[in-house]
Amino acid sequence: MDKKITLTIDGRELEAHPGQTILEVARGNGIFIPTLCHYSKTTNVGACRVCMVEVKGARSLVASCCMPISLGMEVKTDTKTVRDAQRLIVELLWASGDHNCLTCEQNGSCELQDLIYWLKIEKPRFDIKSPGYALEQTNAMIARDLNKCVLCGRCIRACNEIQVNEILDFSMRGSHAKVGPAFDTDYIQSECYFCGECADVCPVGAITIRQARFAGRPWEIRKVRTTCTYCGVGCQMDLNIHDGKIVKVTGNRDYGPPNEGSLCVKGRFGMDFVHSPDRLKTPLIRKNGELKEASWDEAYTYIAEKLSAIKQANGPDSIVGFSSARATNEENYLFQKFMRAVIGTNNVDHCARL
Amino acid sequence: MTNSIEEIEFTDAIFAIGTNTTENHPVIGAKIKRAVRQRGAKLIVADPREINLVKYATIWLRQKPGTDVALLNGMMNVIISEGLYDRQYVETRTEGFEAMKKVVEKYTPEYASNITGVPADDIVTAARLYAEAEAASILYTMGITQHTTGVDNVKSIANLAMLCGNVGIEGGGVNPLRGQNNVQGACDMGALPVVFTGYQPVGSDEARAKFEKAWGVTLPSKPGITIVETLNAAHEGKVKALYVMGENPMLSDPDLNHAKEALRRLDLLIVQDILLSETAQLAHVVLPAACFAEKDGTFSNTERRVQMVRKAVEAPGQAKADWKIISELSAKMGYPMDYATSEDIMKEINSLTPSYAGITYDRIEKMGIQWPCPNSTHPGTKFLHKDRFSRGLGLLSAIEYIPPAEVPDAEYPFVMTTGRVLYHYHTATMSRLSPGIMERCPESLVEINPKDAEKLGVSAGQFVKVSSRRGEVQAKSEVTTRVSEGTIFMNFHFKEAAVNLLTNPALDPIAKIPEYKVCAVKVEAA
Repeated sequence: MDKKITLTIDGRELEAHPGQTILEVARGNGIFIPTLCHYSKTTNVGACRVCMVEVKGARSLVASCCMPISLGMEVKTDTKTVRDAQRLIVELLWASGDHNCLTCEQNGSCELQDLIYWLKIEKPRFDIKSPGYALEQTNAMIARDLNKCVLCGRCIRACNEIQVNEILDFSMRGSHAKVGPAFDTDYIQSECYFCGECADVCPVGAITIRQARFAGRPWEIRKVRTTCTYCGVGCQMDLNIHDGKIVKVTGNRDYGPPNEGSLCVKGRFGMDFVHSPDRLKTPLIRKNGELKEASWDEAYTYIAEKLSAIKQANGPDSIVGFSSARATNEENYLFQKFMRAVIGTNNVDHCARL
Repeated sequence: MTNSIEEIEFTDAIFAIGTNTTENHPVIGAKIKRAVRQRGAKLIVADPREINLVKYATIWLRQKPGTDVALLNGMMNVIISEGLYDRQYVETRTEGFEAMKKVVEKYTPEYASNITGVPADDIVTAARLYAEAEAASILYTMGITQHTTGVDNVKSIANLAMLCGNVGIEGGGVNPLRGQNNVQGACDMGALPVVFTGYQPVGSDEARAKFEKAWGVTLPSKPGITIVETLNAAHEGKVKALYVMGENPMLSDPDLNHAKEALRRLDLLIVQDILLSETAQLAHVVLPAACFAEKDGTFSNTERRVQMVRKAVEAPGQAKADWKIISELSAKMGYPMDYATSEDIMKEINSLTPSYAGITYDRIEKMGIQWPCPNSTHPGTKFLHKDRFSRGLGLLSAIEYIPPAEVPDAEYPFVMTTGRVLYHYHTATMSRLSPGIMERCPESLVEINPKDAEKLGVSAGQFVKVSSRRGEVQAKSEVTTRVSEGTIFMNFHFKEAAVNLLTNPALDPIAKIPEYKVCAVKVEAA
């Protein structure tokens, strides 16, 4: 490890490693600096300028997310100059888009909204002029409203640096700049794999989960951490629950391995089966060739009698159980215990080979 | 996996063989891509199809389906003849080197090239890339295992890894990526015909005595039969009753016509599932189960990490968690199982399974633990075989190439290989209920090379009939160079084009795994 060096932030003398940024050192020591484009473990781009701080001797304010610390550096994060600059930037962002919280799905979970509140801005000093992009609702999974985009570029870095799908990038220049797939197409016409990482990282309501629209406000939603039911990676995910239903699935980087918050299309958009009307709701027993509804007791009695009779007549090895690579460990344990201890056979397998 | 998922991103070289990682394990796929793009790791991809990973690969080896042993032997031939192997590791940690070397001698790059279709120079380059890396990880999936030579393939991979000293080190390893959320756990829990939990053999008197004492019963020592053997036995009338929990053999098993007939001959078919699957439709009794979001429990992922599953919503109607159903049925049959919660079951697992002994619910609340974890203070195991193998010395096996069970001929001139696509999951009973997913991937497509399509007079999107000795299906064609001439690819997700009507039920003699990756078919415009 490198030797630590000393610097001051807001009058506090701090020790940190050379190569760390001002933002990292500040956050590591409980000093709040607001950010918008910053997203850890991706490139620091210094695009939004919200994280600006004063550094003694510097010609202008510096973006703390990109500025490496140096020996004896003196940093101030909460001066009038800093706050004025942050307000100007946030007001410009506000005025350059259609940030209408009344209809926004992210209302209550929006980093721009939080910034405006934190900086105590009543209204922007500039006229609000939305770019007037059409809403993109051309697929069932991800909706985009680029009028709410603050051009932080997080979606682009998530796509290129986290998922490495290399689909999203900036196009156009200046006030016409926008984010999206090549040739300005919508997601469904692009090569997009619908991992949804862009929606998870979007700080505002520009990229949202289509199914979650009008399905529950952020403060009404209860998040339940669980393990994805699809492949063997075992991604940790939050099921977002409202009114007893899964309204969407989100990743959470704080959960760490194995997926550090990333998900794929199946984990994020493949949960409709849970609430499908096709789900089995009662036991069924075949009578006269047709499956008919039955009570649990009838079903258990039917099975117990038949299994016992078959075991008696043909021996336990005439009975086989297929356990499940989809069920929990506890259930697999009980299933093999049932086959071995109750039926008396080792005829138990599951689809590991298929 | 011998090693951990997180290590993939930080290793020096990755050899991905028979794994379409970005589609089947997308989050691991992202780690491979990050290793390449951001850390300059070397990536060797061996796959008959031009999968997405090829775009990121340092070198791509397009072997003919079913020729993996020849390819791996060819690489080892180069590594041994150029002296690139880890002599010290081979001497101190392995046995069987001389016998293996003798077999491998024959597999010169040119000889291997003749069998595999991979240019000899590429075999040399790939061998050097793998052998010269400080740490190199081998990733594989069913592209390696679903062959009549599946066990040979896996042993060859182990040979290569041990030859270069890549087992038992950080960033190395022999890493099968498991395809189902809890296939690792189902194996760990003894849902296999020959072992109890933690791979304790049913044939061992000691293991049986332990479980007999805990369960208060006498247990059989005779090994059980596997899924494919079960269907054959049911066909012959030797198996009378089948209890299926959360499986859909009517779409996932080889030679479906045969499977269907086998299930029809049963006196009792019990299916416990969340949906009325193709298999459930044939059942005598169907039991409604809760899905993963409606119950508590644990899953063990591909890196042996045991993680929590938590109840988020109520199960529909009268559906119940599988563990509840099993314990209630057991009570009905005169053997009460009194568990108030899934945690109670885990406590019993802890007490009977040394590798899970220290994995308790309170310890995995925030982060899962990787087995082996022998006690309540053990942190779990990031990678296996650090200083010694389970058997002591690592066994290098001498393995000859054997062709697939069914090879193309005049009547069935194409090789068909099967697999999954990104958007669907296995028999798609779940994934096809999502409108977004169906928008992206609504139907089965037959991947066919443009030159073959031209010869057959098939244009893109046109229906084709694919037939084998066992059955036929129809699906739209996707004309693409992703497959090479003479090979077609189909996924097994769609019941409308159930590809397992065509597949060959020939099994690996040891693992009893069917040869899904190679069968001979005929393709015609429909």
